[in-house]
Amino acid sequence: MTAWRSLASRRYSDHVLGALVWLSAAIIAGFFVWLLADMASQGLERVSWDFLTTEPERSGRRGGIAPMLVSTLVVLAITFVVAVPLGLATAIWLSEFTRANSPSAAAIRFSLDVLAGVPSIVYGLFGSAFFCVWLGLGYSLLAGGLTLACMVLPILIRTSEAGLAAVPDDWRQGAAALGLTRWAALRYLLLPAAAPALTAGLMLGIGRALAETAVLLFTSGYVDRMPASWLDSGRVLAVHIFDLSMNVTGGDQAAYGTALVLLALLLVVNGLAIALSDRWLARRITHA
Amino acid sequence: MSPSHTEVWLSRSLWLLASSAVALLLLIFLFLINESRLAVVDAHWLRFFNSPGWFPSAGQFNLWPMLLATVLATVGALALAVPMGLAAALFVSFFAPAPLATTFRRLLMLLAGIPSVVYGLWGLTVLVPLITRVAPPGASLLAAMLILAVMILPTVALTSEAALRTVPVNYWRGGQALGLSAQAILLKIALPAARTGIVAGVLLATTRALGETMAVLMVAGNVVQVPGSIFDSVRVLTANIALEMAYATDAHRASLYVSSLMLTLVVVAIVLLGRRLEAKQ
Repeated sequence: MTAWRSLASRRYSDHVLGALVWLSAAIIAGFFVWLLADMASQGLERVSWDFLTTEPERSGRRGGIAPMLVSTLVVLAITFVVAVPLGLATAIWLSEFTRANSPSAAAIRFSLDVLAGVPSIVYGLFGSAFFCVWLGLGYSLLAGGLTLACMVLPILIRTSEAGLAAVPDDWRQGAAALGLTRWAALRYLLLPAAAPALTAGLMLGIGRALAETAVLLFTSGYVDRMPASWLDSGRVLAVHIFDLSMNVTGGDQAAYGTALVLLALLLVVNGLAIALSDRWLARRITHA
Repeated sequence: MSPSHTEVWLSRSLWLLASSAVALLLLIFLFLINESRLAVVDAHWLRFFNSPGWFPSAGQFNLWPMLLATVLATVGALALAVPMGLAAALFVSFFAPAPLATTFRRLLMLLAGIPSVVYGLWGLTVLVPLITRVAPPGASLLAAMLILAVMILPTVALTSEAALRTVPVNYWRGGQALGLSAQAILLKIALPAARTGIVAGVLLATTRALGETMAVLMVAGNVVQVPGSIFDSVRVLTANIALEMAYATDAHRASLYVSSLMLTLVVVAIVLLGRRLEAKQ
């Protein structure tokens, strides 16, 4: 590829293609700057310590977003307490305990491909019928978290499986030659080696879960009070942005403020996960 | 306890947990079908296409205008995002100097992570007023196409870039040795060699565009009609579910489940199509 970069373009057609590609890149970068400038200019003056720590007043036109922050964190916690063990177990089974073409593995992979494409609003309808009505959880943070767990499961499994598959087979053979059980090989070798990829997958999943609105509209609901338990309905940040911009006249500024907080959270999550996975990698692998 | 016994136990319990993915998919279908049943018990399923319109209180559930709006918005978004996304992928892989390529790739990843409701908010407060100046009402099929295009562009670009990276270096060397122009090597050798990955990315982007709810709901205006032009307001299937689910009952509620069943079946069809293309390769 570097050889390619050094190739000087001499022909007219090359210049046309090059110009089109540079123009497209400039449009995309320009759009990004435009979007960020709008977010910052409309939201920044609204964001303050009070905004983060007080309850909303007058449907969110005034006051803060404290209950939404709490609801978001509770929903995320439920989602990942359920989805991480399930996702990790599935990824381990798919990559370490079965042949790629066994019927079970094929059925699971097909299901995962479909689940990854199912629209989030469909997860919302399913969660509403299954968790809220059939299991009797009603509009609650618990129902929202469980439905969201269903949605992020395929993302977690795919990234974890790819991470485990990237560990060289030599390591597995070495572990087997040393008489390690498969459990020990997993616990002390494969999982630590795949840790950066697993963490990156988790980060991707948290990002998707933080951004999600449609799943939670009909599962965890709209209520903008501080939730007292996980069986209470609660409004997450993304739903709050939606409600402020669509249903509350004069709520745009608060919506931009909330959007800015949500984007900051997404950036923090990504940064933390990258730092964590780097440290984990350094500790486990250099000692191994 | 012998080690082999532990191994078998471990393998079986992991298999059981892994099967939950299949169980979840079956459960979703079971519930969607079960909740949809009410919409067809006392009427023919064709009511979703030949009723006079979408008048839930009168028991008329014509989904056609919304189905058409979903398809048009998706096709429009793809028409914009696929060429732009491919250009962005070529930019990262070949045209940009190395540091700029890394920065641009990060920017694409950031754009991919922005929540749909944030795109919707921006579309509603910035894009829609701009379109209103050209042709009212502003909240329109065009706005939906543009916002969807922005949302799926990073998916197309990042998957195409990953596919281009797997093209063997010898392919360009061969092209250069033949004296081909840069354009010929890129368009006639590199892109065709990476086409399986690119098509997979486009199919992924298609399912995202078909299923996107919040951003489209916020910018499309949500009038149930067959649009006469791209400046007309439309309502897509997903937006209809989000708008009416809160108060829908009986056959009305069931017909919302019917539309979600349709969307899910389309996703299954796209996944099957992707697998066939991959198998051919």
